[in-house]
Amino acid sequence: MPKVALGAVVAVTRHKMTSPSGTVKQLIIRLIFACIVLGLVTWQAFAAVLPQDRSDAMYHSYQGDGMSIDGPSILLRKKIGNYASVSANYYVDTISGASIDVLATASPYVEERIENSVGVDFLHNKTLMSMNYTTSSENDFEAESIHLGVSQDFFGDLTTLTLGYSKGNDEVGKTGDDSFLETAERQNYRLGITQIITKSMIVGLSLENVADQGYLNNPYRSVRFLDATSARGYRFETEVYPNTRRSNAASLTANYYLPYRSSVYGEAKVFSDSWGIEANTFKLGYIHTFAEDWIVELRARRYQQDQADFYQDLFTRSAEFNFRARDKEMSTFNNLSLGFSVSYEFQFSAANFFKKSTVNLDFDRVNFDYDNFRNVLVTDALVGAEPFFQYSANITRFYVSIFY
Amino acid sequence: MKSIKSIKLIKSIKSIKVNKVNKVIQSRMLKAMKVTAAMMALGLTSGCSSTFEPWVMPYERENLADPIMSMNRNPVSMSFTHHAYQAREGARGAEGGAGGGCGCN
Repeated sequence: MPKVALGAVVAVTRHKMTSPSGTVKQLIIRLIFACIVLGLVTWQAFAAVLPQDRSDAMYHSYQGDGMSIDGPSILLRKKIGNYASVSANYYVDTISGASIDVLATASPYVEERIENSVGVDFLHNKTLMSMNYTTSSENDFEAESIHLGVSQDFFGDLTTLTLGYSKGNDEVGKTGDDSFLETAERQNYRLGITQIITKSMIVGLSLENVADQGYLNNPYRSVRFLDATSARGYRFETEVYPNTRRSNAASLTANYYLPYRSSVYGEAKVFSDSWGIEANTFKLGYIHTFAEDWIVELRARRYQQDQADFYQDLFTRSAEFNFRARDKEMSTFNNLSLGFSVSYEFQFSAANFFKKSTVNLDFDRVNFDYDNFRNVLVTDALVGAEPFFQYSANITRFYVSIFY
Repeated sequence: MKSIKSIKLIKSIKSIKVNKVNKVIQSRMLKAMKVTAAMMALGLTSGCSSTFEPWVMPYERENLADPIMSMNRNPVSMSFTHHAYQAREGARGAEGGAGGGCGCN
């Protein structure tokens, strides 16, 4: 730049710096700029965030009704840049033993189910979009599904709206019958709203509609009907379900933060479907922290349902109705779960790639009481007068989580 | 001579007064600017993309961001638990909270 021009610029600048009106003008410009920067920074801080980077390794176990189901589950999640996060989950169920349904009509068995899923989340301003693809494979059952979701913050980020859609396809086979192959498809529509009520309370509302079409039976389950010619006084025949089902569920949740770093939560859910099943679920939990390292949770869950229209424990004759079921999951029953979780958290040093890790144990004891599903394994009772079935199950999860 | 000195004195007093007035005006304008800046900052931070004023400000959401307030703080365990119940119950869907709401979903 020429010296003359440089001098002129300096002179003008000095003139502006020394003039009260010039100072004010520059101050205005600086303040506007600072406010814009401050606003943008603060806006970014308020906006939705990607899920935290973490890996989980879990051993899970279900023991109940003569069944043992256990196996590992591995979850990996990692951000890519500031706007995407990818995840992968590997899950195995090793199933052995025999439930009352199997003991009544078939032999104990062993099988394995492997589930794989991959997902990606995208963050754009205050919108979080997620996609997930899941496959499940057994020797007699194949399933795949896609899940799409979008989450958006509104009203000063006090409200979050979540929309979700899933589509799944099942292929149902039958062990010992190679010619048996049926299909079913499923679509889920989800709507969720979470709302900050106070600085210590948040509530959520979730709605979900599920529509199924195709073969919805369990090919191994049977209904029983009276037959005087049989030694037991009854016989079994294949169940027949409707080939469509549409259900609606709505749940309301609330979490409240107590003054001493503890919280309570509650959940109430109602459900009904086109098969006539109506159900409700209530859940209460209390989470307490000890020092900075321990988190202990106590919870109780109560579930109750009324039977499907076409459910009967004992039909009076073969093929009495077009649709017939004796799945205990279709009967009238209730269950009560009592459970606890214990988590121990330890922090890594600031220089470490890993931020923190947790070791967790979750345990729930569930008692099932059936109101019209009878225990046919009791043979010294009159047909149709056997005691109602009941059993208890233990659900255990032990897992290590690491955050980075 | 005296009259010249007195004129100079009067001029210097006047110039001091003018400087003082200018400084007062400048400080008042600065105060006004500070107030304006604070209001602008408040406006931007309280809802830069909307005019909505949240009744729980972002800096008041520490409790809500605590993991013990999350319905899904352990997704692997929660997913398995839902599966375990869903396989044994007729009901399905609408599990857990939608998450989020405090910039911590």
